[in-house]
Amino acid sequence: MIESLIQLAVIGGLIVSAILVYSFKDLLAAALAAGFFSFLVSLEFYILQAPDVAISQAAIGAGLTTAIFIIAIRATTRFEGETP
Amino acid sequence: MRMSKIVRTGACILYPLIIIFGLYVVVHGHLTPGGGFQGGAVIATAAALVLVAFSHEEIAGMVRKAFLSAQESLGLLLFIGAGILGLLAGAPFFANILANSGLLFGLPVPPGPNPGDLNTAGVIPVMNIAVGVEVWGGLAIILVYLFSATGGERT
Repeated sequence: MIESLIQLAVIGGLIVSAILVYSFKDLLAAALAAGFFSFLVSLEFYILQAPDVAISQAAIGAGLTTAIFIIAIRATTRFEGETP
Repeated sequence: MRMSKIVRTGACILYPLIIIFGLYVVVHGHLTPGGGFQGGAVIATAAALVLVAFSHEEIAGMVRKAFLSAQESLGLLLFIGAGILGLLAGAPFFANILANSGLLFGLPVPPGPNPGDLNTAGVIPVMNIAVGVEVWGGLAIILVYLFSATGGERT
């Protein structure tokens, strides 16, 4: 019962963070929301008893891809619609 | 876009802690969840943190691409050397000749439930360490090349 509630909360957080990624005009905030999405996915993997996959998802998805997005944003523009 | 002093100080504090946690995941790969790839990816996250927090001029003197490339090749050589070790002992390729031998990682596993002895499992921890070093160097050099290709920053 409590596990189902936690999973519902995680899935709700996934949907909210995905909508935030879509709606942010500040690309840095959108990249951080995508990182939070990956963190919630890794939490869901841990709840489903796959800690190995959870460590991979947390390191690659939440860590490295967010860093790559931030490096790319630093080299271009920060807000959507600006000409670089 | 220059990061604030809070970000840079936090990166300096977190950097050794992330590396220690990644090395823990690598070395305990045969006992706990995780292993070479996961631990190497965690350590590469520390490199990503430093690259994000500091500017291009500050990073350029700190990181050498040749060192990271040599580290990647060293991991691959260690892995294939651990495989050839079995051939040298007269066993098949990748044979686990170090297990129960009393040498490095060579103690027998105690029977029954136990908290897990680090000094067991023979050649498997050696391969975990090799994969960890290789993934560390490989992912870090991807980030360093991306970072240096972006070059001078706008704004």
